[in-house]
Amino acid sequence: MTTMTYRDAIRSAMREAMRKDPRVFLMGEDVGGYGGAFKVSYGLLEEFGPERVRDTPLSENTFLGAGIGAALGGMRPIVEIMTVNFSLLALDQIVNNAATLRHMSGGQLSVPLVVRMTTGGGRQLAAQHSHSLEGWLAHIPGIKIVAPAVAADARGFVLAALRDPDPVFIFEHATLYPVEGEVDEQAAPAEIGRALVRRRGDAVSLITYGGTLGTTLRAADLLARDGVEAEVVDLRTLRPLDTETVLASVAKTHRAVIVDEGWRSGSLAAEVSARIMEGGFYSLDAPVARVCSAEVPMPYAKHMEDAALPQVPAIVDAVREMLVAHG
Amino acid sequence: MSVLGALDRSHAVTLLRQMLLIRRFEEKAAELYTVGKIRGFLHLYIGEEAVAVGTMQALTLDDGVVATYREHGQALARGIPAGALMAEMYGKANGCSRGRGGSMHFFDVARRFYGGHAIVGGGLPVAVGLALADKMQSRPRVTACFFGDGAVAEGEFHESLNLAALWKLPVLFLCENNLYAMGTALARHQAQPDIRRKADAYGMPSEAADGMDVVAVEEATRRAAAQVRRGDGPFLLELRTYRFRAHSTADPELYRGKEEVAEWKRRDPIALFTARLQEAGLVSAADLAALEAAVGGAIDAAVCEAEAGPWEPVEDLTRDVYTETP
Repeated sequence: MTTMTYRDAIRSAMREAMRKDPRVFLMGEDVGGYGGAFKVSYGLLEEFGPERVRDTPLSENTFLGAGIGAALGGMRPIVEIMTVNFSLLALDQIVNNAATLRHMSGGQLSVPLVVRMTTGGGRQLAAQHSHSLEGWLAHIPGIKIVAPAVAADARGFVLAALRDPDPVFIFEHATLYPVEGEVDEQAAPAEIGRALVRRRGDAVSLITYGGTLGTTLRAADLLARDGVEAEVVDLRTLRPLDTETVLASVAKTHRAVIVDEGWRSGSLAAEVSARIMEGGFYSLDAPVARVCSAEVPMPYAKHMEDAALPQVPAIVDAVREMLVAHG
Repeated sequence: MSVLGALDRSHAVTLLRQMLLIRRFEEKAAELYTVGKIRGFLHLYIGEEAVAVGTMQALTLDDGVVATYREHGQALARGIPAGALMAEMYGKANGCSRGRGGSMHFFDVARRFYGGHAIVGGGLPVAVGLALADKMQSRPRVTACFFGDGAVAEGEFHESLNLAALWKLPVLFLCENNLYAMGTALARHQAQPDIRRKADAYGMPSEAADGMDVVAVEEATRRAAAQVRRGDGPFLLELRTYRFRAHSTADPELYRGKEEVAEWKRRDPIALFTARLQEAGLVSAADLAALEAAVGGAIDAAVCEAEAGPWEPVEDLTRDVYTETP
């Protein structure tokens, strides 16, 4: 085991893959000379050269589409998009090509494309750099969506995505990059589609992913001081969702609170809630609750941004209210 | 027609046969549409046959092709069997995309035919990526990317030309300028309607050719493809042509006059080429009759194949959304 940051874990996985497989290359805005907007690819240009670490023009739709074409042509591209908000410029290629080509060609094509991008708020970057739109993309059949919350998963999902024959989108919450974690550099790739219980408990299931896992675990620690043992489920993959692990936890705790940095309306939290209703309705002692971002474009001012994002007190309150009303 | 004298007879007949095959295939498709055998959208290529047939002559089987939703001509000229295409339009399991694509989404990976793209401009980045893969793996291939004049208004056109030129990728951009983006005339959507000049902004060589003259198309494409194949980077070739039929089966053609269409029909690529071959003594009336009969037979066989083809079982509905792992 090595202690490393989330950022270093992603870089280490990319480096490992690029050393082993000449088909793997990285392209995106400022991934080379600049070292990556978030320094994730720092040093890779020096090791692999400009053929395999490609700085692109600011043309998200086209370099993502070129990633699709390169994948069809036998390469294993990793496309980095600076933030999820910028990926909206590439939605045509994501939704109309990456997600459809296999099906539309009657199974002749396969698009082994990996797309990495940052997501989420908390850095006072206001309404065009801070949203959590991964739940939106998880709506689309034909692509897979992962959201690693810890360094080990950051490494594991990069490796898993590169092995996958279909397009995989990796959402990296920007506040996680400097967070350290234990990483086994010999470990097998992570399993796409498998959620994990990060904390055992029997009073309530707190279901979350990505940037809010830390917040949720802190809320669980606070609740434990009052004798409320919360189980924390890290979804890890948003498509395909691991409904089984969610339902198994709810069957044990009989209560569920979903913590999701996306907006509540039409959110991933709504989907998880619906699945609990469909598959675990009779095991529930209380209606499913959700702690999501306030339904505003992200404000700049620190106190307002804090108020917009899911925070520990809101999670603790949601659990306490549930226990009072349906204890 | 300086090269016509040098055209050997068998090549000339091949060009004519391919153009005829496309024309008759589409006439049959239009007929089958009216009786409900083919549904969805049907974008006919009639009038533009010289472009698909002429350009394909310059490509090898190893080269890639990315086309648009008006791709029946390119698919046939690429050699995808007419039966597989007709079956696809029927929605049958023996169609070239197993009935999942229809008229707008023909695919044939064995022939490196990568669609059939129905988002205008959406195929260009994919072509750039295919060429990038070839360059990175040192394969001496060309990726031919077809698109219409409507696509040049899309950001993807400009981004793709820039990226391909910047990285010196082997893409042959083939703009089929039929003067209308659906119903909007070129002059009504482009500040600079001389499309080939747009390549200048990206430092890319370009040329425009008469898209109604199959020999001119072939010659221009051979020159362009040779340049791309040499590793000099991409090339933009504009082929000036005209669509004789409506944009699709849903188009009442309110945006253009009958006189304009009639004027262009006088330059019908098949009639023009046939007359030239007859003039040069390369084909006789009997040859033409035999050609028509052979093409007619191929179309009939294609329809039989489509009629006889099986429907994919509904139980397979969610197949091929993801790669099935054993």
